[in-house]
Amino acid sequence: MYDIEHYVEAVSVEDAIEHLKADPDATVISGGTDVLVRLRSGKGVGGTLVSIHEIPELHGVDRLLNGTLVIGPATCFTDLAKDPLIRSCVPYLGEAVETVGGPQIRNMGTIGGNLCNGATSADSAAVMQTLNTRLVLQGPDGSREVPVTEFYLGPGKTVRKREEILTAILIEPQDYVGFTGCYIKYGKRRAMEIATLGCCVRVKLGAAPADEAAENGGGQETAAQDMQSGGNPESRVISDIRIGYGVAAPTPIRCYKTENLLRGRSAADPSVYELIGEHVLEEVQPRSSWRASKEFRLQLISELARRALREAMLSSLGNNLFA
Amino acid sequence: MESVGKSMKRVDARGKVTGEARYANDLKPKNCLTAKVVHATIANGRVLSIDTSEAEKVPGVVKIVTCFDVPDIEFPTAGHPWSVEPAHQDIADRKLLNERVRLYGDDIAAIVGTDNVACERAERLLKISYEEYDPIVTVDQALAPGATPLHPNLRKDNVLLHTSFRSGELTYEEAKEKAAEEYGADQLLEHSAVYQTARIAHCHIESATSWAYVDTNGKVTVTSSTQIPHIMRRVISQALGWPVGKIRVIKPYIGGGFGNKQDVLYEPLNAFLTIACGGRPVELEISREECMASTRTRHAVRGEVKALFTRDGKLLARTMDEYSNGGAYASHGHAITASIATIFKDLYHDEYGCRSDATTVYTSSATAGAMRAYGVPQAVFIADCLADDICQAGGFDPLKFRMDNCVGAGFSASNGITYYSYSMKECMRRGAEAIGWEEKRKAYAGQTGSVRHGVGMSIFMYKVGVHPISLETSSARMILNQDGSMQVELSATEIGQGADTVFTQMASEITGITPDRVYIISTQDTDLAPFDTGAYASRQTFVTGKAVKKCGIEFRKKILDYASYMLDRPAEELMIWQNQICEKLPEDESAKIDPAAAWADFPDVDFKPFELKDLPNGEDSILRDTGNIEGKPGKVLLDMKDLAQTAFYSLSRSEHITAEVTSHCKENSFASGCSFVDLTVDMPLGKVKINRIINVHDSGRLINPQLAQAQVHGGMAMGIGYALSEELLYDAKGRPLNDNLLDFKIPTSMDIPDLETIFLELDDPMGPFGNKALGEPPVISVAPAIRNAILNATGVAMNELPMTPQRLVEAFREKGLI
Repeated sequence: MYDIEHYVEAVSVEDAIEHLKADPDATVISGGTDVLVRLRSGKGVGGTLVSIHEIPELHGVDRLLNGTLVIGPATCFTDLAKDPLIRSCVPYLGEAVETVGGPQIRNMGTIGGNLCNGATSADSAAVMQTLNTRLVLQGPDGSREVPVTEFYLGPGKTVRKREEILTAILIEPQDYVGFTGCYIKYGKRRAMEIATLGCCVRVKLGAAPADEAAENGGGQETAAQDMQSGGNPESRVISDIRIGYGVAAPTPIRCYKTENLLRGRSAADPSVYELIGEHVLEEVQPRSSWRASKEFRLQLISELARRALREAMLSSLGNNLFA
Repeated sequence: MESVGKSMKRVDARGKVTGEARYANDLKPKNCLTAKVVHATIANGRVLSIDTSEAEKVPGVVKIVTCFDVPDIEFPTAGHPWSVEPAHQDIADRKLLNERVRLYGDDIAAIVGTDNVACERAERLLKISYEEYDPIVTVDQALAPGATPLHPNLRKDNVLLHTSFRSGELTYEEAKEKAAEEYGADQLLEHSAVYQTARIAHCHIESATSWAYVDTNGKVTVTSSTQIPHIMRRVISQALGWPVGKIRVIKPYIGGGFGNKQDVLYEPLNAFLTIACGGRPVELEISREECMASTRTRHAVRGEVKALFTRDGKLLARTMDEYSNGGAYASHGHAITASIATIFKDLYHDEYGCRSDATTVYTSSATAGAMRAYGVPQAVFIADCLADDICQAGGFDPLKFRMDNCVGAGFSASNGITYYSYSMKECMRRGAEAIGWEEKRKAYAGQTGSVRHGVGMSIFMYKVGVHPISLETSSARMILNQDGSMQVELSATEIGQGADTVFTQMASEITGITPDRVYIISTQDTDLAPFDTGAYASRQTFVTGKAVKKCGIEFRKKILDYASYMLDRPAEELMIWQNQICEKLPEDESAKIDPAAAWADFPDVDFKPFELKDLPNGEDSILRDTGNIEGKPGKVLLDMKDLAQTAFYSLSRSEHITAEVTSHCKENSFASGCSFVDLTVDMPLGKVKINRIINVHDSGRLINPQLAQAQVHGGMAMGIGYALSEELLYDAKGRPLNDNLLDFKIPTSMDIPDLETIFLELDDPMGPFGNKALGEPPVISVAPAIRNAILNATGVAMNELPMTPQRLVEAFREKGLI
């Protein structure tokens, strides 16, 4: 039995905000896979839980006419992973949330909770960083949008105020169209695991300058063709790259400097793997804990970046990568 | 045989698959109160006071007892038969609640309430003051000069016990001198190393749980998830200072124990709490965190070893100084540490001898107790790391080295335990063939690159029962029903291992009553069930199997006596076959199995000559009786149902046919086997992928091959966790860091590869059905085999368990491999 004094099942976002405002000890609950664990450990006991779990508009994935993906924060990991839009537009996000816990946890835990819990080890964290995701927070004073890259304040801390509800997770087309990517969760076992490290590398390949004239189509089409037919790495450059990490710092992070360094390099240049492995080390701040030492995490940060980049390139170029 | 040796479906399969099987918590009454143990938040010190006044005001709180309220009685908790000699009795070193805090999480108070929330709210309002001493979490801290003795009334320092074991006459130094004369000093090599195993938790699915009440006649009744109901009854009586007859323990189905429940855990406190609440039912469910931090663990052991051997791979002498972290309380005392030292010594044959010294140390950390294979996994890890390190140093093939130097056929330990059937080498041969040892050792030589492959092996020997180290006694009762079916009552408990099923098979085999008509009583109630010390060691099929056999023989005789009366024919001419009384015809000579032929498959097995009549307790008839196969059934004369009805209701000779026996088992033997592993090491990530893992077991005749295989699978999975990921961690203050299933890494089904098993079914003359131990052995040799395969792959000797990715990466870096 959990030590909960009151439980409210909100019927709408506004209703939930009203309840949160009215009771200063009230906490939002959705899937409960973090909140209930905290309660069980004696933290935040004896208060009110305001459930947003049954609010219909917080569920599901949609794509707006302009191509923006809108993810309902109360969508559970299982539903998110099998959603057709997620699978076609941002498959690495689905793959990332499929590494959460076990099947039962994935049926309960939600993507919004994964973000709002504020953990650097969240399995969606690294991917979300690379997607420039924007988060819509609605509170008593209306709505605001926060980029995920500015969402985290520290371990378990985010800019979300207690009485605010995350109502939508937005991903713009320029952040996913034409990209291939790879998320690697490094854990000590293959399920029921908290990430020792999470690394996501996503690349978008464009025409090399010499071939630019020959390319009349947009980057989107070219990338789509590449994904189908492979492509010649000699004629491709890394036109964009995003590198995101979980557990490489107190909050999820991006490695912008390394991204800048690699942008524009030939897809056929073997030194990109060494470069990424070396340069990410300057942008991370892992700490030693009894779960893993700083040195070990640094080793993983470097190695996983190389492997994730290779996988991302493979997705774009197929076997031509090694041609 | 009709039933024994068949893969009969588990008798409890339906209930366990559907969820209908009832466990301790399912049985508690609706009005049951709930209790919570309050744990100390210091690792070493003393409780000065506990102010309960605010806590008592919490609505729903019924009773709070503290360490100042419990009887001044220290009691032992080990699931051992009680020794009638005071010198050999288990150490009594804890009270129901302890004022003297000896570990972080020590039990200092308990709160009883209407629900857990009331108890938890009350707990937060307790005001506890302590006097604090330095935590002594490690063996080195506890042995350091000036360390606070944890049990000053029992021991002047923190050494629980130190013993020395020895084979051969010479010391290591003398052996070295003699070897130099005999082989020439330049022909000798030495290797020394320190190996360290981890402290791990059992992680049984069902937590330690019980509920208790006082019945109308003043008897305390405790329903508990335990392996040892009768021993628990005695320990509760000791802890409370109540007579044994006023204690009743009921054991329903249980969700695993692995030795943790071969200790009496919180049941005496539970009994005390119901008494304190006027006999109202009180449940005491121990959380996962409490199970891991405050019940029992596997001993973390350091082995400092030395070995002397010749350049051509002959083992001459070894020594080991072993330090075992026993934790805050004695539990099984020194028994496990001693077992480690003896198996280390016995597993290999040292030409000049071996010395192994064992020290169990009290520390302010979780108490170490029994866990699957009772120290032997630690012993074999140390012995077989050393064996492969010797091979590495001398350039020997590990398979050949073991063939040449392992314990030999006919070996008798110093306490008399003997290999009556022996096939260690045949086990090795079959495992090596299955994994492709020679080809793989060749293929994996001289690898470069960051991903490498390796193959490794390890061997084990295991005592089947505990005689003569400790008493082995078991009782059985069989009762005929009016329809000719029967009940079997035992107290060697079903703990998930399939005991109910194999005992059903055995009872059927001996009596001729088919398994579907053998009703085994799974629940043990100490007021009703005959005495047995419980489910532990790997003793049940061997020791309790003898009781079942002996009881079945007597039961069968009584049935045939009655049949003889009904049919007016001599009982010797009759037999029971498939629920019918039949004429007994002589067995075809051609159908008889020649014992020598049965061994023909095993080229170099050996077997200790002995005469059954020489057996110590003269129970040769039990061992020799093979059920009904000595005759073959002829004409059907009488149905068991008619016999039973007549026996119950006859106006001329009414008789309830029952049998009840005690079997005092004074036989023992060794089981053996080995593990072979093929794996891939991804060095930059410190990841080990097991490609193939094979366990080969000589456990004598299998009673139920499918259950046997399942038992081996479980053990292998446990061994993989022991090798690669499991370890209970503490901070400098003695606080447990990972006492939960997220951070204590037992492997998931995703982490376990296909598990391959090979059995050598060699008849052991000491087993009631030619059977030997199998419950614990599967876990033993897995971790060292994995370690040795990593050594083969990378050349890096990992000397500390578990071999986590971080430890591997650190080691590979140190060697410049990444």
